[in-house]
Amino acid sequence: MNTPIIAASKPSFGSGGKTGLWRIFKPVIDRKQCVNCLLCWLYCPEGAIERTPEGLKINYEYCKGCGICSNECPRGAIKMVYEGGE
Amino acid sequence: MEKMKLLSGDHAAAYAVKLSRAKVIAAYPITPQTPIIEKISEFIEKGEMEAEFINVESEHSALSVCVGAASMGVRTFTATSSQGLLYMHEILHWASGARLPIVMAQVNRSVGAPWSIWPDHNDSIAQRDTGWIQFYCGSCQEILDTIVQAYLVSEDERVLLPSMVCFEGFELSHTAMPVKIPSEEDVDEFMGSYEPKHPVVDVSKPLTYSAITTPADYSKIRSAIQDGMENAKNVIREVTRRFNERFGREYQPLVETYRCEDAEIVVVSMGSIGGVVEEAVDHLRGEGLNVGAARIRVFRPFPRDVLQALGREASTFVVIDRGVSFGMEGVLFTEVKSSLFSLEERPRVVGLIAGFGGLTVRYRQIASAVKDALRLKGEALSLERWLL
Repeated sequence: MNTPIIAASKPSFGSGGKTGLWRIFKPVIDRKQCVNCLLCWLYCPEGAIERTPEGLKINYEYCKGCGICSNECPRGAIKMVYEGGE
Repeated sequence: MEKMKLLSGDHAAAYAVKLSRAKVIAAYPITPQTPIIEKISEFIEKGEMEAEFINVESEHSALSVCVGAASMGVRTFTATSSQGLLYMHEILHWASGARLPIVMAQVNRSVGAPWSIWPDHNDSIAQRDTGWIQFYCGSCQEILDTIVQAYLVSEDERVLLPSMVCFEGFELSHTAMPVKIPSEEDVDEFMGSYEPKHPVVDVSKPLTYSAITTPADYSKIRSAIQDGMENAKNVIREVTRRFNERFGREYQPLVETYRCEDAEIVVVSMGSIGGVVEEAVDHLRGEGLNVGAARIRVFRPFPRDVLQALGREASTFVVIDRGVSFGMEGVLFTEVKSSLFSLEERPRVVGLIAGFGGLTVRYRQIASAVKDALRLKGEALSLERWLL
């Protein structure tokens, strides 16, 4: 008898490699403007925004730089900065 | 205790779903399928059926809901027709690839353009390669009985593939016939309690299902679907035999043959035209021709071995197709010829594409097609024409 097979995988942290390397624009949070509404944290498709006691922190090892957080921020507190430098 | 009721094909399907104790039903209305889900909602509303009816905004979502619910290990059901089935197409592949034993009633209706609500087989024939088992019914009784059997076939650990129970719109869906409804106790006893044999989602141990695979793993997973389909032939034979014994029916599992014992000519068809073919067979037998009928009940997996056995005895096949592959030929015509290819003495195969958009096929037309086929002696081994 043949055993039918399906694909099942256990999700793990960063299993796809350090996807932050893909980034061209980097989101930078202006803490003075941020009111901690958590919209960016909810919208981030990669789960690359972390809640810390000091406020929201972007994990640049995995942030692909899509810019959704910057687009969603109602306070305009997240700027997209070119990775090539000033 | 079995009860006899006058039921349309759609209502027979609804009774079968109730008897099978499906727990999650998700469907979107479309003619000529709608009476199925109307009746099921009525059963649930009256408290006669314990199930969750999930209203959705489309057929794509209806089948997606069934995929989700089946992944959690419950028995599911959906029903559709024509354009609705086409809209499900992407999720049809997903359901079979994830090995989920979903059962669907597929009420055949011609595909637009132009609009038509009457039947042919092109809607479900176009889903041939999606990895679904396809049954085609010939009567309202057969619809009820096949849906109950389809759950057991799909859920068998040797199979684990979804089933589409197809029957023609109006010709069966809205035509009332006397139908024997088995008692709930008898069906419960026959089916046993549902214990899913596929990996069931456990939210306390989260896994990603059917995520990206390597080419090698993907190939193995796909070839396992082919194995499941091959296994399904014998599982269908087992389930049909058990069903016949338990409920006193006389189904032949894959192909319903009629007066084929000494037949030199076999007329192959599928669905409700099968009854007209039997009429033509009786007529031709009266004229002294040795003709038999073979109605394909299971189109996927295709009963190649049964056709080969018939092909060892008969010298001519007449195939009536209600589904066509444009640019090639009638689909059943191709499959019958392919099945007979390995025989040492190949029978002549004549095709008739007929009954599109609900066009009536009369027994006299079939009878004259058989006589035409016999006149072909010494000419082409295969020939096909449209009956317009």
